[in-house]
Amino acid sequence: MREFDYFEMRIPSKTQYVGVARLAISGLANRIGFSYDEIEDIKIASSEAITNAIQHAYPEEGEKGEVVVGCAIYEDKIEIMIADYGKSFDFEHISKKVGPYDENTNAEFIREGGLGLFLIESLMDEVKVLNDNGVTVFMTKYVAREQVKEYVETDTF
Amino acid sequence: MDCKLEINEKENKVMGKVNGEVDAFTAPDLRDQLLEVELKKGMLVELNLEGVSYMDSTGLGVIVAFYKNITAKGAKLKLTHLSQRLQRLFDITGLSGVIHIEKEGAVGDHERI
Repeated sequence: MREFDYFEMRIPSKTQYVGVARLAISGLANRIGFSYDEIEDIKIASSEAITNAIQHAYPEEGEKGEVVVGCAIYEDKIEIMIADYGKSFDFEHISKKVGPYDENTNAEFIREGGLGLFLIESLMDEVKVLNDNGVTVFMTKYVAREQVKEYVETDTF
Repeated sequence: MDCKLEINEKENKVMGKVNGEVDAFTAPDLRDQLLEVELKKGMLVELNLEGVSYMDSTGLGVIVAFYKNITAKGAKLKLTHLSQRLQRLFDITGLSGVIHIEKEGAVGDHERI
């Protein structure tokens, strides 16, 4: 038997579906036994990656593609893969330019965008980016050790 | 999923309340609603975020743009009633050092989203 279960969603490249994907992923994370805070982190990180794929890969109207979201469910971790097949961007280059704000930054110099990648790297345990005819973001989050518990059937979300 | 802003204007103070999920889909709507607030010099704008059940960088971007606009007009912005989650988001992005956030009256994270 495979050591993980795999889910895949193909999402139309429209922002109204980011919330749907986020909800599905939080359901999967809940199954593994992540804590409330960890699930919120996963929700934000996946939304950032999907939003990024939608906004940067298919910027023009009439050029709507799909974003593929794959989730591998392990006993103690979740691996999320988000891929677009549109215009790629240089992650290494961009991730060097993003980061937290500084208290001494003047209001006029604060960027309004560019926080997404920074948040993904802050909220997930491992982040890898493959830049090959489109961008694929791989991110992993582990269940905090003491949080690992037997899978319980639940309908709380 | 929605994102709604309620505005109450009194003298030189504007009280706004943001409700719902702020993400890539709803953020443009919030931005448009905030643009309608008539800003005057010396005005205090208080934005209550108690009803925000989810926010990511798209929402932070809207708040940052609003803050810049307010500062440019000589007004002041104060964010109130942030959940622990939201406070954390402002902390890791460094925004809590830039934008005035009222810590008193912070609500716990007891509600499921």
